[in-house]
Amino acid sequence: MMELVCPAGTPAALRAAVEAGAHAVYCGFADETNARNFPGLNFTPEDMAEAVAFAHARGAKVLVAINTFPRAGAEPLWHRALANAEAAGADAVILADIGLLAHAAERHPLLRRHLSVQAAAANPDAINLYANAFGVRRVVLPRVLTVQEIAAINREIDVETEVFVFGGLCVMAEGRCSLSSYATGKSPNMNGVCSPASHVAYSEEGGELAARLGGFTIHRTPEGEPAPYPTLCKGCFSSDGQTGHIFEDPVSLDATQLIPELARAGASALKIEGRQRSRAYVAQVVRTFRAAVEAQAAGQPMPENMLARLTEGQKATIGAYAKTWR
Amino acid sequence: MDLTVGPNFFFWEAETIRSFYRDLAATPVARVALGELVCSKRLPFWRDEIPAAIEVLQAAGKEVALTTLALLTLRRERKITADLMDLDLPVEVNDLSALVQIPEGRHFWVGPLVNVYNEGTLRWLIRRGARRICLPPELTLDSVAVLAGAGRDEGVPVEVWGHGRLPLAISARCYHARLHDRAKDSCQFVCGKDPDGRDVDTMDGQQFLTVNGVQTLSQSTASMALKIDDLHSAGVAALRLSPQSRNFDDICIAYASRLARETSGAALAARLRPLVPGGNLSDGFLSGPAGAAWSGERMGKPN
Repeated sequence: MMELVCPAGTPAALRAAVEAGAHAVYCGFADETNARNFPGLNFTPEDMAEAVAFAHARGAKVLVAINTFPRAGAEPLWHRALANAEAAGADAVILADIGLLAHAAERHPLLRRHLSVQAAAANPDAINLYANAFGVRRVVLPRVLTVQEIAAINREIDVETEVFVFGGLCVMAEGRCSLSSYATGKSPNMNGVCSPASHVAYSEEGGELAARLGGFTIHRTPEGEPAPYPTLCKGCFSSDGQTGHIFEDPVSLDATQLIPELARAGASALKIEGRQRSRAYVAQVVRTFRAAVEAQAAGQPMPENMLARLTEGQKATIGAYAKTWR
Repeated sequence: MDLTVGPNFFFWEAETIRSFYRDLAATPVARVALGELVCSKRLPFWRDEIPAAIEVLQAAGKEVALTTLALLTLRRERKITADLMDLDLPVEVNDLSALVQIPEGRHFWVGPLVNVYNEGTLRWLIRRGARRICLPPELTLDSVAVLAGAGRDEGVPVEVWGHGRLPLAISARCYHARLHDRAKDSCQFVCGKDPDGRDVDTMDGQQFLTVNGVQTLSQSTASMALKIDDLHSAGVAALRLSPQSRNFDDICIAYASRLARETSGAALAARLRPLVPGGNLSDGFLSGPAGAAWSGERMGKPN
């Protein structure tokens, strides 16, 4: 069966994910070492040790994301996170930075290393480089590849691949995007945040709700309509007289129907995005996807529209998995 | 400090490229990285200009390197990278996967699209053969100082983004094709109509971003005009100037005269503003609060 890798922003969400049938849960420490560094989220080293004990007692794994790029002059903070993950008994760490990978391979050789999507390893050469140089055992593939490309990659590599099936959708190659820091000074790579709420301002103007990020208007919604969160790349902009969602519509990824194809393409694990989501959301998504991977393993069809209500803005896409997305 | 000219991001006619490098050869820049960075589909249209550009630049005493693509996914794109190794020139790595094709012991440059955020990464790349490293534009001055120092300790020059629309993101999706309701595979090369990219403004008319095929740039032109003393003190070895379609040799000359202390930072900024597309400068990644910010006096339309 494909491994179902589920998000947990809090210890409570982790317990909910494990109880709902997650094979593995990924989470991070409560600081800038992880790419979901949001207020009120994430784990202390003590939380992490308890979470690992809880998961292991129920046959689930815990993967610790240390997937921002260490700040120059402050690498010890990231090195401590690695040591804390190993001490907590984590099954693997998810890393993106070359320097941190080199440090982990040298100082924590027995701690299994996964390559974060933030490393944007989008071809067999890149993956083999990380596998050979740093002993990476699994790669989370960037959301820029088609299913056919994933299959082709898997034929040329010896490590496992993990692919996103549900949740937020980056339009840009992950780990290679500074749009958020251009507008706000805070970025996924450096600070573990994208389009942070601290820099969002709403204002009612002439019957519309304007949502601004770092002072830049991301969208305007007529009064009474639901206003999506102003994520920069999902904004509505204008160019030479054309107005619209120039980068991406306010959609989220739902590749449920592609699970059988992704399995044939050689993906070992399916990843659900959403460490910022509630415990109830996580439980519902995990339960649904566990049923889907069970159905896939038994050769049965995928349930249809099973999570439509949970997708952002009520619209879903299969994103780059289809070549036409490009 | 001296000047490096980075690869041209945009899709220009072959003749335009030929005269661009001919003019560039006459400017006081020390070195040039060139080649197709953004989209492999464009390369056949101007590939034949590359040997001529190398020749004219080398004849003028410039060091020359060849850039890899920024995002390698297709098989033919890996072949393009392999072909770069055939010339006896350093390769500028802008997608890490290109390292696989660089033999151990062969030296290379690291471009601004590789994530070099800390000393551990910098040292690993130097051990692997990096002999010149241009840092990612989003770094703060504090980080730049640490990394320039680490590079100096290893004898490897570290350069920073000096001038040009900032390469903020790269995608599998082509925004030029999307704006024309076309798929990437049938784009008909619409990006060629916009020699400095196509501007994207907010619904309130704020200048914001610029799309260039699969690449998203800042609409403001980043300029370290007011930061040159800080960068010098930080130990930065070179400023990287990124090509724009007009006035580029004037821009190179203007920076060179600032490096030679013939002019002030403020005078350089004033000279640059009318020369850059959109007329807007930024330098906020270095000292905050955000990349789009400008540390000098804001002229014209507020951003």
